[in-house]
Amino acid sequence: MEALDEIKVRIEAAIPGARLEIIPNPGPANQSSLLLDHAHASTVARFLRDDPALRLDYCSNVTGVDWLERTVKKKVKVKKVVEGEEKELEETREEIFSGYLEAVYHLYSMAHKHGPLVVRLRTRDRAEGAHLPSLTPVWRSAEFQEREIYDLYGIHFDGHPDLRRILMWDEFTDHPMRKDYREPDDYEYEPTPHDDVLEKAKQHYVPRPAQDGTANIAAQ
Amino acid sequence: MASAPPIDEGLRSELQKQGIWVTSMQELYNWGRRNSIWPLQFGLACCAIEMIATAASRYDLARFGGEVFRPSPRQADLMIVAGTVTKKMAPQIVRLYNQMPDPKYVISMGACAISGGPFKQGYNVLKGIDRYIPVDVYIPGCPPRPEALLHAFMELQRKIDGQKLTGTGKAAFLDKTVPSEFPVPAFGAHDLEPPANADVFHPPKIERH
Ligand code: SF4
Repeated sequence: MEALDEIKVRIEAAIPGARLEIIPNPGPANQSSLLLDHAHASTVARFLRDDPALRLDYCSNVTGVDWLERTVKKKVKVKKVVEGEEKELEETREEIFSGYLEAVYHLYSMAHKHGPLVVRLRTRDRAEGAHLPSLTPVWRSAEFQEREIYDLYGIHFDGHPDLRRILMWDEFTDHPMRKDYREPDDYEYEPTPHDDVLEKAKQHYVPRPAQDGTANIAAQ
Repeated sequence: MASAPPIDEGLRSELQKQGIWVTSMQELYNWGRRNSIWPLQFGLACCAIEMIATAASRYDLARFGGEVFRPSPRQADLMIVAGTVTKKMAPQIVRLYNQMPDPKYVISMGACAISGGPFKQGYNVLKGIDRYIPVDVYIPGCPPRPEALLHAFMELQRKIDGQKLTGTGKAAFLDKTVPSEFPVPAFGAHDLEPPANADVFHPPKIERH
């Protein structure tokens, strides 16, 4: 398969107006990915599927990611005039990335036996009812997995033929894989609690006024 | 029957040597029941594989009269909750239990069925089937070996053997006031409603700080 930047150039030539971005992955996997814009996502997806050199006809996996708002500290060198002398100083700057939800597609080619090409879509924010274009019309195998992402992360896929919850029941309103999900409190009986569970289990402990003294219990 | 004065064990074995077999209705009844426990045929997760192994030839549950796995709750005496009970599955388990005729028994097999097991802190697994239905025998393990299930089965046979048919302290299934059906939990917005049946679920109170 061609390098990702070559693919990007070809897509941009074939689909005018498509805004693509390469998301580098500097880790050991070195698997960079292609971020698509919402408006051209399905056109680009069709291109990836039908282009004779690529033929990415198989979407093996779709997964969701929840990115909270995060600040990244960067060290930058700045030139400053200190006591009439120009000096190079190091300054730390904070960059704030706002939170978003992401769907990641892993594409392979059965015809050419190559892949994966990793494609990403990002929502504007983490608010309830975040939207993304569905790629199920392009790759049928994305259907259940997009439903799963909808169920667990709450991303609505526009153009999905049958967007219902798949793992949790229909009446359920939460999205349990979101990082701010709070599970119901059913920690009445925890024989060996520790860490977070210990804190939750403590809410259910029976006070022992005889041993601990009423004053201590009230203070807690 | 149980109200009759119990026969002396020595006399009984003496009579048996002469070819006279003395027994009671209760003994005969329980003997028949404990040696033909028909389990409900269903499995929920990995523990079910061990249950299948228990029923197959190597461990052979048939030696204890438990090999007739029934595909219908109407014909089953025993519910082996073998595996992870997800919250989405729990109402169906309770419904199946309600559809079983009395007398009925429940074995809670494996860490999952007892407490949620390795998935206890997950968002989707019920923390023990005893939140909704009464359990007769618990088997710890992940998964419990077939020997453990056989042990549970024998424990259950012992329990059935000890059940009285009349008088005070007679078996609960003969007592009309003891419920044999339990409310099926509903799917709520955040959890099952109610999260546990307070009439059934009595976790040990932990006194700690
Ligand atoms: S207790 Fe262990 S073996 Fe049994 S269902 Fe749970 S995870 Fe599987």
